[in-house]
Amino acid sequence: MNISEKILAKSSKKVKVEPGEIVEAEIDYVMLNDVTGLPAFEVFDTFGVQPIQEKVVLIPDHYVPAKDVASAEQAKAMREFAKKYSIKNYFEVGNSGICHQLMIENGFAAPGRLIIGADSHTCSYGALGSFSTGVGSTEAASAMALGKLWFRVPETQKFIVNGNLPSYVMGKDVILNIIGDIGVDGALYKSMEFHGTTLKSMPLSDRITIANMAIEAGGKAGVFSPDDTVFNYLDGRVKGDYNPIYPDKNAEYIDTFEYQAEDLIPTVAKPSLPENISPASELANLTIDQAYLGSCTNGRIEDLRLAAGILSGRKIHNNVRMIVVPASKEVFNQAIKEGLVKTFLDSNAFVSGPTCGACLGGYMGVLAKGERCISSTNRNFVGRMGHQESEVYLANPAVVAASAVKGRITDPNEIL
Amino acid sequence: MKTTAKIENIVGTVWKFGSNIDTDQIIPAEYLTTGNHIELGRHAFEKSRPGFVKDVKVGDILVADDNFGCGSSREHAPRALLGIGISCVVAKSFARIFFRNAINIGLPIVECNLRVNETDKINIDLVKGTITNLNDNNMFNFKPLPNFLLELLKSDGLVGYTKRSLNRVDI
Repeated sequence: MNISEKILAKSSKKVKVEPGEIVEAEIDYVMLNDVTGLPAFEVFDTFGVQPIQEKVVLIPDHYVPAKDVASAEQAKAMREFAKKYSIKNYFEVGNSGICHQLMIENGFAAPGRLIIGADSHTCSYGALGSFSTGVGSTEAASAMALGKLWFRVPETQKFIVNGNLPSYVMGKDVILNIIGDIGVDGALYKSMEFHGTTLKSMPLSDRITIANMAIEAGGKAGVFSPDDTVFNYLDGRVKGDYNPIYPDKNAEYIDTFEYQAEDLIPTVAKPSLPENISPASELANLTIDQAYLGSCTNGRIEDLRLAAGILSGRKIHNNVRMIVVPASKEVFNQAIKEGLVKTFLDSNAFVSGPTCGACLGGYMGVLAKGERCISSTNRNFVGRMGHQESEVYLANPAVVAASAVKGRITDPNEIL
Repeated sequence: MKTTAKIENIVGTVWKFGSNIDTDQIIPAEYLTTGNHIELGRHAFEKSRPGFVKDVKVGDILVADDNFGCGSSREHAPRALLGIGISCVVAKSFARIFFRNAINIGLPIVECNLRVNETDKINIDLVKGTITNLNDNNMFNFKPLPNFLLELLKSDGLVGYTKRSLNRVDI
């Protein structure tokens, strides 16, 4: 069996599972955010039972600090649900951040675990060897009550990346190229399992970026074999014990895709689908109005370091506003300690506390009609970050920073 | 809202959609401040197909190409479709979270490469796996959902399932 099959088999107390089979599996954690939480709480309250408290994690992040009265009410509903049922894994504004970053920083995500979250980017924790996947509010409610959920065992595709990545090519470029090849439904209902020497030597933050965007190919999960990079990261963070799961030698995959790292270049996904990729250097005539650095995809300290390295001693272009949103309080603190926040401020970037806000066109960086944004986020759908006639170009943090300086989409290798 | 779905003899008028209809198009993020089906329904396809909610009638059927419901996990999307009375969504393929959400809240969905025109009237049977175009009597077959999922659709979705599980002593 491959990693996904082994985790689903273990969690449903079966010796073996096969793709297509429907299993009822015990989940380790169920996570909810402020947007998906309220509908789940309403459903849950009809069950008339206590939730399995230790499995529930509540993280307001989409519209907090509240953007308006309606979002304040949603956040309040989550706060009150946590209080009513004595759920200790609740993260209040100020001690919080983007839900997926917190799930990882706080040691909920760990090898071999089965984790669901009422947010599509829950697949991020596959970077640590979890089988994690996004679910809806009703199923999150059901899982809070039962501690388990039905799953269709997915087919698995294997992606192998070998070699050394060229300068300013990151995990983001790896996953954008994969999505460009297989399309936004290329992994529909399937699990994506990642292997190869490039990924083995890649920092955890880049692996998280890759797993995070599995959903943008339609994937159910994006899974890595855990290694020392993961074990060292979890040391002192992880909650409870965990059991790393590796694929069997004779594991079955429905497809195998191979990439050579040296062939990859800084890549941009043009509107309005993440599969619509182009070399950053070929878009150099496109001016931008906004540059956004943040999100569960690329808002970690490694991303901020890279961008600050490019911005150091430079100024954001006069026609551009750059918005920097660290993914969590921990990231923010570290960025302050390392002087990165000062670098951003000196270059005239705007820096805020963690929130999902602008990524989904909520607030803190919404685009006006006709505006163009280069963004380190994960979706460039029509109207995703604001007006229907605004445009989102997805890229890695180095491309975002270089573009912010030049005022147009820029391959960082051009200026450095 | 009890969401026991009709899964046989679903008759309705077709609205056609293309590929990669994402959940931001179905229900824009700015309206995610309620979980109420009816309120959400008022804003269904508001930006991507303005005026749709004025014209759509209870019982109508959406017919789309590939990857319907991709993007965000928001259950608000299938809820909005239930809210305006959509009786079934037929697509060549669905994004998996939308697929799950629809079944779990009792919105019938069918995976089928259906060749029909907008405003055609069709009859869908999820148990037999057939769709009949009532305008020209053309018939299409599809692989029915596994029984477990048909049962979920029939009996108040995952809410009903959860309640029955909680009341069972062997759980």
